[in-house]
Amino acid sequence: MRRAKRASKNRNHVQQYLRPVVAMKTLRYREALREAMIEEMERDDSIVLMGEEVGHYQGAYKVTEGMLDKFGDTRIIDTPIAEAGFAGIGVGAAMTGLRPIIEFMTWNFAFVAFDQIVQNAAKIYQMSAGAIKVPIVFRGPNGAARQVSSQHSHACEPFYANVPGLWVCAPSTPADAKGLMKTAIRDNNPVVFLEGETLYGVKGEVPEEEVLIPFGKARIAREGSDLTIVTWGRPYYEVMQAADKLAEEGIECEVIDPRTLRPLDHESIVESVRKTNRCIVVHEHWPYAGPGAEIVDRVQREAFDDLDAPVLRVASLDLPMPYATNLENLVLPDVDRIIEAAHKVTYKA
Amino acid sequence: MLLIRRFEEEAARAYAQGKIGGFLHLYIGQEAIAVGADAALHKDDYVFQTYRDHGTAIARGMTARAAMAELYGKDTGCSRGLGGSMHFFDVENNFLGGYGVVGGHVAVAAGAAFKAKYRKEDRVAVCFFGEGATNIGGFHEGASLAGLWKLPLVLICENNTYAMGTPFHRTSPSDTITSKAAGYGMAHDRFEGGDVEEVQTRIAAAAARAREGGGPTLIEIMTYRFRGHSMSDPGKYRSREELEERKKHDSVHLYRERLLKVGVAENEIKALEKSVEDEVMDAVQFAEQSEPAKTETMYNSIYAP
Repeated sequence: MRRAKRASKNRNHVQQYLRPVVAMKTLRYREALREAMIEEMERDDSIVLMGEEVGHYQGAYKVTEGMLDKFGDTRIIDTPIAEAGFAGIGVGAAMTGLRPIIEFMTWNFAFVAFDQIVQNAAKIYQMSAGAIKVPIVFRGPNGAARQVSSQHSHACEPFYANVPGLWVCAPSTPADAKGLMKTAIRDNNPVVFLEGETLYGVKGEVPEEEVLIPFGKARIAREGSDLTIVTWGRPYYEVMQAADKLAEEGIECEVIDPRTLRPLDHESIVESVRKTNRCIVVHEHWPYAGPGAEIVDRVQREAFDDLDAPVLRVASLDLPMPYATNLENLVLPDVDRIIEAAHKVTYKA
Repeated sequence: MLLIRRFEEEAARAYAQGKIGGFLHLYIGQEAIAVGADAALHKDDYVFQTYRDHGTAIARGMTARAAMAELYGKDTGCSRGLGGSMHFFDVENNFLGGYGVVGGHVAVAAGAAFKAKYRKEDRVAVCFFGEGATNIGGFHEGASLAGLWKLPLVLICENNTYAMGTPFHRTSPSDTITSKAAGYGMAHDRFEGGDVEEVQTRIAAAAARAREGGGPTLIEIMTYRFRGHSMSDPGKYRSREELEERKKHDSVHLYRERLLKVGVAENEIKALEKSVEDEVMDAVQFAEQSEPAKTETMYNSIYAP
């Protein structure tokens, strides 16, 4: 019950941070992803979509709903439960001229396909000295859902952001989801596309016209002068809520969403820190190493003289996700912990 | 066959002299399979192999020069010094790689077969692997999906009796690899791989079935490597008697005998042997004189434009 209340509150505060721009339409995050894939598949018949229940079942999270009717079962392909197998098939198909999209029902299940993604997809271009391209998108929900416990709650960005040869996208908003997906499909490299498992229902304004969002270009989600908060994916919404509350206290946050974790737009982050002199990184993945630590490293090296406080991180707690809702709430980064970190770096604690 | 044999003997020498680094897994003893298979295939069929890939790549048409230069870590190598012994690639000859993680490449090869089917091409994908690779998940999932979707794939298990140093009977719950085929709903074939022409005929039958929409075949070819698993392995887990017995069935030697029997002149064979030796020595010289691998290649082959 408390969980349901929290979810509904969450949805409300989510909506207010998605500001309309010109010639926009409203789409849910899952619809934005679907629209991107449909537009690209209509344009290019080398694109096929493969995964568990993507076709007849209409998608475990309904991202691929209706796509079987549109493209038929030669292009929307249901697979058995065999992540290593169909990820590998995608790699081989990509090497020989197709542009497969591989849906993992969740990134948690992609661990069994890790060999294909990291050892094959990411490395074949290099091992062949650039003779063989592997244009493939691996996509699916990332991070914790609600009360699904430890084996279904990984935020997977550190595992993939660590790998040269992969691009890693982690969109927060429907507009970014669509624009990044279109870029990912057209890119000639393997792309790990991390969708927020709890973001599929989020509505947002998406441009009517075609927008391809370039990799490695951060979005400044909110401008501010007192503190830079870097975040992506699901915790973005907690950060925006915290920024509102902090503004009431007179602390103006600049929120930067890098959108892609590899390549990572260090320049925009460092530039912002030079302006605000303070920085917090908020992420869902475990605190030990990963993109969060990478960002802190770059900020302290490149903006050391501009920093008025140590850079802090707000992450999930360093433990496997528990089932019980009260414990789960403790593990994930939330508004209170973000505000607490903001108070620390502004010395208002 | 002879070119592969002489090439690898020379590679072993260069390795012993420290001119080649890393791992070096030799194919010596198994040549009839690579050569017979290539004779059974079309030029535009896709071929995948494990890290024991020199023989297959050369059979496919890779030059001894490009192969040797790769072992030497030179810019003129088939993977420009980035792949080494275990990762030969030759796109021109549709040799799509040697893979260090065995089994995973079975699924990748199935992907090439998937593409051939999707594009309705008259093309098959062929995947070589050792019997040791059939215990790994990638083999199972690749084979399973290929069987399910009737992909034009030919799976060739080169059963050389030892998975690194462990004999087959200690790694496999079944007596044959082909007994697995039923579970994947695929055709199968099993035979001794010493006769290059028999290899050609039997793989051609599987390839024809694949081209006609009959789906994949799992072929188990019994063979034997005369050297250890890699250069660091003296192969002490097998007896001298066993090795000597197997060497009596050396396909390279047997094929020479056969040529003589059918009336090819001794001096013609000697001329061929001489030309092969010249070709290998030329490859060594080429490799030694080539430019080292280039740093810009390393930086420029992380992401495709």
